[in-house]
Amino acid sequence: MPSDMILLLGVNHKTTPLAVREQLAMGNGYEQPLHSLRGIAGCKECYLLSTCNRVEILVVAQEDAQVEAQIAKLLFGDSVAPEQYQDYLYIYRNDEAVHHLFMVSTSLDSMIVGEAQILGQLKEAYRHAAELKYTGPVLNKLLHKSFSVAKRVRSETLIGASAVSISYAAVELAKKIFGNLQDKNVLLIGAGEMAELAAEHLVGQGVHKVVVANRTLSRAMDLAKRFNGTAVSLDELFSQLEQADIVISSTGAPNIILHKQDVKPIMRARRNEPIFFIDIAVPRDLDPKLNDLDNVYLYDIDDLHNVVEINKSERDKEAIKALRIVDEESLKFQSWLDNLSVVPTITALRKKADDICHIELERTLCRLQLSPDEQKAIEKMALAISSRLLHDPVSFLKNDSCKEQHDVKVEMIRAAFGLVDKY
Amino acid sequence: MSYSPEVYPLTRITMMGEISYLLFQALLAASCMALVFYGVFFVKQKEKIRTVARLTLLAAGVLQTLYILFRYLQSGYTPITSQHETIVFFAWSVTWAFLSFRWRYTVKNFGTFISLLVFILLLIAAVASRAINPLPPALQSWWLPVHAGIAVISYGFLALAFCGGIMYLLQEHELKSKRFGYFFTRLPSLESLDQLNSHCLATGFVFLTMGIITGSIWARQAWGTYWHWDPKETWSLITWFLYAAQIHQRFSAGWRGKRAAIMAVIGFASVLFTLWGVTYLLGGIHSYAQ
Repeated sequence: MPSDMILLLGVNHKTTPLAVREQLAMGNGYEQPLHSLRGIAGCKECYLLSTCNRVEILVVAQEDAQVEAQIAKLLFGDSVAPEQYQDYLYIYRNDEAVHHLFMVSTSLDSMIVGEAQILGQLKEAYRHAAELKYTGPVLNKLLHKSFSVAKRVRSETLIGASAVSISYAAVELAKKIFGNLQDKNVLLIGAGEMAELAAEHLVGQGVHKVVVANRTLSRAMDLAKRFNGTAVSLDELFSQLEQADIVISSTGAPNIILHKQDVKPIMRARRNEPIFFIDIAVPRDLDPKLNDLDNVYLYDIDDLHNVVEINKSERDKEAIKALRIVDEESLKFQSWLDNLSVVPTITALRKKADDICHIELERTLCRLQLSPDEQKAIEKMALAISSRLLHDPVSFLKNDSCKEQHDVKVEMIRAAFGLVDKY
Repeated sequence: MSYSPEVYPLTRITMMGEISYLLFQALLAASCMALVFYGVFFVKQKEKIRTVARLTLLAAGVLQTLYILFRYLQSGYTPITSQHETIVFFAWSVTWAFLSFRWRYTVKNFGTFISLLVFILLLIAAVASRAINPLPPALQSWWLPVHAGIAVISYGFLALAFCGGIMYLLQEHELKSKRFGYFFTRLPSLESLDQLNSHCLATGFVFLTMGIITGSIWARQAWGTYWHWDPKETWSLITWFLYAAQIHQRFSAGWRGKRAAIMAVIGFASVLFTLWGVTYLLGGIHSYAQ
């Protein structure tokens, strides 16, 4: 009697360097990876979360080591040899998986504890899976629960109040390079959400000017308007770099858009005025070698992680409180899950009674010459008898009084009613 | 202004020597305390300690001034000829250059580095001979305080640029390597250090130029020619060119940041060599402080 389990596999910024995450087969888009996940034998429900810091797969599947291996293969594609999977991959099962999901949704597992973006990303990921009808009763419940846990943590702790995000880290670094940001110019390459957030922070520090460079000019203009800035097209990038002091890049480009040899002449034109590049795109937009140039400082998303580590301790206290909530909610969900094994038994019990009723009704009704109304009355009576008979065993199953003996109760009823192996 | 021991009764001389000795011990202790307080401030980053550290360094600066004045009274000439005197004067000029800059703007934790340098200089002064030697005839001129004073004051500002350069290189290393160690939060922003470099260099360079010009005028008077190609003169000129090139490059080609910081360190090494290396290694007619 193989039973189902909740399985969570993933890689994140803690386990896997950016260079490997960029190569992941499942790093881009949702639809195609979800289709292939659903194609795995034994996989009943599936869901995929892909953000710039993590890729996580959550499935409900039959307990079977094959499933894990297949999912890992799908996740890594050809980029990593199977022997190396364990270096990067984490696998959680059942209660651990639930706990981890809640850790993610409450941003306790985030690069920046307390950031709010992850909840939006989680909801977006769920929408994709739900639209394809790849989530079932377990995942639907679980994911909705993860949203409400996140909200609870947000309202009951101060974790979000001190929400220092990547942008905060970026501002701190900018201050270490420039000191005063008042007369500095910010250039946003790409108009993503993250860039917007970072720019907001910098504008809050009183930067002089914001320029938005984007492939689609209309989006750039929208964003520029918010910051009283100007919009330019990507073709003007190089000339804009001569004036910019802080550059935040977050395009969805598959390749590097700015190389070391492009920036070298720009530095000469800038008379070596320092320039601070922040690359928050995955895959990376900016050549990592830029950092080798004098007066050029390049930070990508992994580097920002280290900066955030510095003032993490201040938020640790709130994180402990949040962790307690997560633990609590995980236990609650676990008890719901335990209850769930009762549900199929009840369903099977009712189905068996219904089946017997229908067989016997058919047998009897075809011998009697009855009007349709009379036939209906007999049918009704038969079903009523069976359902009244089942009432007590069902309430016995549903009874919460002796929780830890769920398995025993379920087994007993199944044996008594001959429901063996009908899950 | 020649030194003549007959002027003073013997007891007065020993008494003055005693006071001078005590004054030096006091200024050494004050500088040490300033270093300790700045060190504690560096670790703890508490505003209160900084105030104490500043006041202690100010007290050390005052004591240094008193000591130099006292030694002037004691010897009858500007105390800037022997090794001991020169280094004390050097420490004095670093301290007051820093205090004068501090007055205009703050550079986070700069004081820690400066007080360390001042203390090291004073330690060297403490082990050097404190004997008061008769002034050689060639130095018996009012050009002595003007020329030597200006030169050592310029060294004070160049020493600030050196400390700023070291701090820049430390902070730049933290930012580039992206591993934030002990110094990251404690050191100021790169831009403020670069600005410090440029200001100290500009001030120091003006004094250095004046020092060389006054020296050459004095040489004309004392030795008959403006320029001798004496090792000390040559090295002063090399130092001058190093700094001139650096300032020129900053304004023309935008040399700043790391390159400027390295140049400030190299320039200061040249300063130290001019001050000591020449005297001990190369000699020449300009080496009085033996």
